[in-house]
Order: sequence, then C-alpha cells, then structure tokens
Amino acid sequence: MSLISTLARLEAVTTGRARPAATVRHRHLSERPLVFVPLTTAGEAGAPLGALVGTDRDAPRLLAVPQPRDRDLRFAFLAELADVVLPYLDGYADDVEAAERNETDPETGKRVKVEVELCADAPQLIVPSRAGTDFVRLLGRSMRFRRTAEQDPETPYPAPPRVPLLGRWLTHFGERARVPGSSLLLAMTDVLARHWATGQSTLEDQHLGALLAWIDPPAGISGAEAALAAELTRDPRGQLMCPPAGPATDPAFDNKLLAPAIERYDRARTALAAVEDGLEADDRLGELTAAERDIRELVLSRTLPTWEKVWQGLDLLQALPDGAHVEERWTRDRWSFTGHRDRIVAGEPPQPRRDDAVTAANKLAAREREQARLEAQEALDDPLVMAGRRLSGEAFAGEVTDVVMAYSEGKRPSPRPLVTVRTQDRPHLGERARVYRSLGGKPQAAEFVGREAGHEVGLEAGQEADDLLVLRIVDKMGRGKVPEAGSVPEKGDLLCFTTFEHEQRGGPKLPDPEETPWTHGGPPGESVQETADPLTTEDVL
Amino acid sequence: MPLPRTRGKALRQRLAELRGPEVPAKALDARALAALAANPGCKRRAILDGAGVNKAALASALGSPSAFGQSQFAFTRGNAFEAKVKADGGAELLRLVHEKLDRRAEPPAEAQVPDLSATGPEGRAARTALALREASAAPGTWTLLDHPMLALDVAGSPAFLEPDAVVVHPDGSWTVVEIKSFPMLDGSADPAKVGAAARQAAVYVLALEQVAARLDPAPEVRPRILLVCPKDFSNLPTASAVDVRKQRAVTGRQLARLTRIEDIADTLPEGTCFAPDLPTAELTSAVESVPATYAPECLSACELAFHCRDRSRAAGAVTSLGRSVRAELGGLTTVEDVLSAARGETGDPQDPAVAALRRAARLRAEALGQEVTPCR
Repeated sequence: MSLISTLARLEAVTTGRARPAATVRHRHLSERPLVFVPLTTAGEAGAPLGALVGTDRDAPRLLAVPQPRDRDLRFAFLAELADVVLPYLDGYADDVEAAERNETDPETGKRVKVEVELCADAPQLIVPSRAGTDFVRLLGRSMRFRRTAEQDPETPYPAPPRVPLLGRWLTHFGERARVPGSSLLLAMTDVLARHWATGQSTLEDQHLGALLAWIDPPAGISGAEAALAAELTRDPRGQLMCPPAGPATDPAFDNKLLAPAIERYDRARTALAAVEDGLEADDRLGELTAAERDIRELVLSRTLPTWEKVWQGLDLLQALPDGAHVEERWTRDRWSFTGHRDRIVAGEPPQPRRDDAVTAANKLAAREREQARLEAQEALDDPLVMAGRRLSGEAFAGEVTDVVMAYSEGKRPSPRPLVTVRTQDRPHLGERARVYRSLGGKPQAAEFVGREAGHEVGLEAGQEADDLLVLRIVDKMGRGKVPEAGSVPEKGDLLCFTTFEHEQRGGPKLPDPEETPWTHGGPPGESVQETADPLTTEDVL
Repeated sequence: MPLPRTRGKALRQRLAELRGPEVPAKALDARALAALAANPGCKRRAILDGAGVNKAALASALGSPSAFGQSQFAFTRGNAFEAKVKADGGAELLRLVHEKLDRRAEPPAEAQVPDLSATGPEGRAARTALALREASAAPGTWTLLDHPMLALDVAGSPAFLEPDAVVVHPDGSWTVVEIKSFPMLDGSADPAKVGAAARQAAVYVLALEQVAARLDPAPEVRPRILLVCPKDFSNLPTASAVDVRKQRAVTGRQLARLTRIEDIADTLPEGTCFAPDLPTAELTSAVESVPATYAPECLSACELAFHCRDRSRAAGAVTSLGRSVRAELGGLTTVEDVLSAARGETGDPQDPAVAALRRAARLRAEALGQEVTPCR
C-alpha cells in the first residue's frame, strides 16, 4: 500500500467515511450488466444452493436447489442458469463491426492485415466478491467437460443441453478475470476497493456490506458504525442482518434454517414416493411444493440483500467519470469475447484441464504486459494515481522554466531542444535516463541531461528546495529542421513526465506449440478429447 | 513443613487460578497451536491459550462474541469422506501412502490396525505410544493407527492431540495423515486451506517426534505428511505429499517460546481471573492487563479478535488497518499522530517518515484539487 492510500485510509478513519482512492472510474461498466449472486453448499465442491441472476435490478431471477446433493436437481439448476446467461451472451454475439487484425500468412510467412469481425459490445458479468469470481471458474470447470445425450448417447447421467456450453463460457469469463484491467467479469468488492479507501483493512474490505457502509453510510451514522453493524448485527433468530455476499453461507443459517428446511423437503419427497393412491399423492405433492417454496424463500432472503448491494455499488461507480483509457481496455475485452465466440462456432473442444507449456507461457506474458499497461494507463488517466507514482519517484510534474533550442550532431541535424523543468518531486533519474510525457495521447520521449541545484534563497527551515531538471526532447517533433507546432514545450507549461513507458511492447515471440522444446515437456502431441469427470454413485452423499 | 512447590506445579496452579475456580481447562488442539504460531507476539493469546481459557465464552462475556462456526453440511461431508477413506481397514489410505510416499516398500496387502481405545486422554495416549512401539518393532508390516492420541508438552502442561491417522511404514518410520474435505481440483487445492492443513499436521509431527525420542532406536518421523482430499467433484480420495519441515520448525520454535507464559503470568496483578461468569467490567480490565498484538489477520484465527479490534481502533492504532501500514510510518503509531504529522503540525521534518508523509499529503491534496496546505 502506498503512503498516499494509507493517508486516505487514515483520513477515512477520522472522518468516518471512505475517501476517494481514484478520481475517475478505471473499469468499464456495461449499460446492461448481468449480475450474478450465487450461493454454494458448505463442504461440497461445486454444489450450488441457489442464485439470483439477471440484468433487471427490479426483476432478478431466483434459482434454487432444494436438495444440493441431488445430481438431477443440480443439473436442473444449471440448465436454468444456462437459460438466463446464454441468451444474454448471444445478444452480443451477432452485432459486429469490421476490424483488422495482423496475422501471419501461412504461405509467405509475412505479417498481413486480415479483415475480421469484432463484436460491437461485449457482455459483462458482475459478482459480489472475489470468492464469487472463483465460484464462476469452479462452475465452469464442473460443466465444460460434461456430455449431453446428443453428444454421446452412451453417457451415464447426460447433462442437459447447453450446460457444457455454459461451462465453457464461464471458464472463459473466469480466465479473463485474471487479466489485469479486464472488465468482462468483475467482483464488486474489488472494483469498489479500487476507487475508495475505507477506514478498515483490505481484509475487511472483502465484506461487501461493510465496504459499502464506509462508502455510502445510511444517513445519520458514521461509516465505521455502519460497517460494524453490517458485519455483526443479528436478528432475534441469530441470523446476520447483512448476510455474507457468498457464495459461502453463514454457518448459523445453514444449521438453524437451511438444514431443517432441506430435511423437510427430503421427508416430503420420500413420502410422495411412497404413496399409493391419487388423492394422497395430491396432498403429498402439495407438501413437497411447500417445502420447496420454503427453501426458495430462504435462498431469496440470503441473496436479495447482496443483490441490492451490488446494484448500489454499480450506482456509486456509475457516478464517477470514465477514465480516458477505459474504452481502449474494453476493446481488448471485446476482442477476447469475439475470440471465444469464434472458437465455439468453429467447434473447438472445451478449454483443457491444464494448458500446454506455450499457452501457459503466453497467458502469463499477456497478464504481465496487461499489468504494466494498466499501471501506466491508470496513472495517465488519474492525477491521484500519478501522485502515487510521483511520490515513489517514478514520475515528476512541474513548470517549464526555460527552453533552449539545440540540434543533434550528424549529417541531418534534427531538433533536440533542452527543456528545464522546475519540480518539487524527487524522481530517480540515472544518467541519460528516458522519461515520457503524453503529447496528444501519444508518448513523447526525453532524455535526462542534468539536475541544477535548487533555489535555496528565501526558504524557511524544513522547506524543500525545488529542483531544476534539464531534459532533452528526442522525438515526436516531425521530420523537418523546425519542430512541428506544439511539439516542443514552452516556457510556463505545466508538464508531467514519467520514467515508465506509456505503451507496452510485446515480449519475445514464443514458439508454436508444435515446437515446444523438450525442456518444457516437448510438443503437446495430438490433442486428445478431454473426458468428462467420471460420475460415481459416491458423488451423492 | 510442606515441600517446596516445583516450578511446573506452581505454574499449573497459577494458570488454574487465571482460568477461574471450577472452570475446566479447554484442551489445546492442533488448530489452536498452529494459530498461536501465526501471531507469536500476542501475549494475550499466549496466556489465554496457555491457561486453557475458553476464548469463545470469554469473547461473549466481553460483549464481542466471535463469529466462528461450522456448517453441519460441511461437518457431515467431512465425516463421511473420512469414513470412506478409512473403510476396509484403511486399504485405500494405505495404498495412497504407498503410492505417494514409499513406493519402494512392499505394497500394503494386509495391514495391522491396532485397537487404540482406552479410558481418558492419558490412557489413549499411552495406548498409542505402546502401539507405535510395537509397530516399529515389527519390520516389514504396515500399521494404521486410526485416530491415535498424542500428548505434546505445551508450557508445562500436556496438550492432547488427535491426528486423523498415523501410518507406520514397513521400515519403521511414521507418517502423519491429514484427511480434509476440500477438493483437489485437477491436482491442485486452495493454497490457503493446504497451508492451514500443513500447519496443523506440523503440530502432529512435533508430538510424534516426542514419542519417537523416547524409543530406542528412535524411529524416523517423516517430514512429508500425506494430505488426502476428495478428487475433483467426486467423493473419491486422492492424495498429495506435503513437506511440513518449515511449518514444523516455526511451530516448534513458537512452542519453545511459549514457556514465556510463566513470565507473562508473573506480570499480571494478583487475583486476575478470566472466568466468563465474572462481571463484564472486571473481565475487561483483566483482559486489558495483558497486551495484545492485534492485526486484521486475527479476525480469521482468534475468537477474541473483535474485542481486540474494538480496543485497537479506540486507541487509534494504525495496525488496525493492516500490518503493512506500520512499516512505512516509522515511529508514528496512532492515527492522530500520523495525520497531524502529515498536516505539518507535529513531527520532526528531518525524520524521513515525517518528510515522506508530508510529501504524500501534499501530492494527494494537489491531485484531489484541494487547497494545498501552506506548510509543506
């Protein structure tokens, strides 16, 4: 945590309200996001208990599994989820615009431009917390290798159609969420914590209710009090007033409310199975329906508060202005969405359990590159982020006090003006270090020439002297001997230079998967169809 | 003339007094011991755990009840899975031990599963020690000890620990088996949960080493334990060897340092008592007489965390925002100190921490477009 965000947290402690940690919004928000608030069953892997899902704040779709250990009910839940999510995704797949992409021509080996489709917009999934992101990934993993009766008539326990497809999409969203700065799948707590500093620790910020209490406390009470209430207040039945944002539920809820309700459901089901005449069957069916309705209501009571909090968080974020580079990063998300759409249309198999060496190395390299890109872009978009970089000596801002025209030596002298900047910042600059400033959205490079001692005259004790930094501008001035208008700073300009690059270069190219060296396991060989997880009777306890 | 009391006995008596009359000691389990090692600087936790105080009851009595609990679904599933792993005389479990840890040994076709039942924890611990000795003395056979009882000397009093299982290999060496119900998905499990299991297993390894040291020749306690988890989404067991040498070293060091609880006890005022039935005010002052080292990580490990957090916040301690916050603030430890230093009202501008704070405050104000404080 940088000193600036620490200060913001301390201010929040004393003022009782979260303080801004950003002046603009650094993540894209869709106009029509799909909010997904899942719950899972304690102790079981991939056994959903229920969810609220939908794009309409006032009409969430409630899904519930009355007996989470029952495979058929679980499949029914997943099929219902697919009915909500897949049409939403499909809604973005058809609206395309033309775009160009560089590709290597397989015959000539040259880089050529290819006309391709790019989806005009992409879907966006919002979950309440980071654990929700993991759960999306887990659901994806549990579904994508399943086989439907249509794919494989022999398969035992065939999955409903479209469930494997949903698994592939959720896997893709889960993987994309690991890319820094991506917005296809967002965890509300992460995004809120990026934009506000609360008076509690980052660990406590994982609690959506407490986090929102700091940012937007109810009238009349401080954020600290509201956060404490969100964390701990229980109703007379011993249930948390602000249930955990999931997917894990509160043990007190499991033991006191859910377990008896599931037991009633099981009893009603056994009773229904045992009846012999029609009249009795009607009664038993009524009991079963009632028991199921009870469980649905319990699930609703635990998810609805979170659902509302997620939308409250979206409102708060919408109020912030867009960061300048957010759109560009969202375009990358659109590429990612389009790419996966194309892979599914092309009939490619689901994502493997483990990536091969080249794919894994590519993914890691991409994440590192995106991390560097995100850090640079956030700093350029947001003076508050830049302030942190200035504090750590990675950037400096100041006023131009002098510009001296100079030229490079050589046959064709080019302009190399010397610019003196007065700054209070303390950048770490080595000899001939490169620094960059943003000129019309493009980076202009300069070379550090020297540092002149600051003005010591008229300083009070303890006051820091300003430094005079001399820089040589080296590019973006056009081809002529006279620099293009506006390309050279003028005296009195207020500039901000960074020591980090504004645009990220791609790393070295990795070999094709077929060329994987033996040190990395060698070529992956023939791709094998990944088999579904074996289903055994033991899955159901 | 009464005999002079031995040091150990005096401490035990003192701890019993701290716990309160007629309050039974809460046994230290491996989880508690491992958590103790996570925040070694906390004297409050050390003395309360050392004295066997029920911290959950204490927290409720203080008015800040803890929020720990286990869902019965998780509990049922955990038990069912463990029973499945140990079914058929532990055939599947031993197969996994053989496959993951000891491939050169004979496959376990037939294993000894001694009966370890006895009355009381002391009796069970003695029975376990005997079974371990017999098993090590019979080379060439596999032995599975189901829920053995181990005694570990913690600060002068024995703590009784119950691992899920201990396996004696044909070469006489011992392996701790930890059975958990979180899944191992495509060969990897949640690192936080694996870490917790490793710390817990390290405590069992320590306890086993104490048993081994009493035998001649002392059998080897393997530093790699076997972690058994459900495979993917099924209920079938899969396992992985986990090296716990590091956790063992850390926990061992912490437990050795725990003898300090005697020193902590000496600093307490006469008549201090943590019995949960005392009035809240009295109890609060008793708890306050031992310093705590609160950090947000305590929230997931200690029953008293909410109480300590309230105190830490009330005192304006910056560590309530996280341990890392302290690192860059130098000698400034309270929120008010830091903010007034940042505003330029207090603090020595020559102090690098103060100078950095002022620069940070100035840059932040400038970025937010606020009035730049005149003194920078």
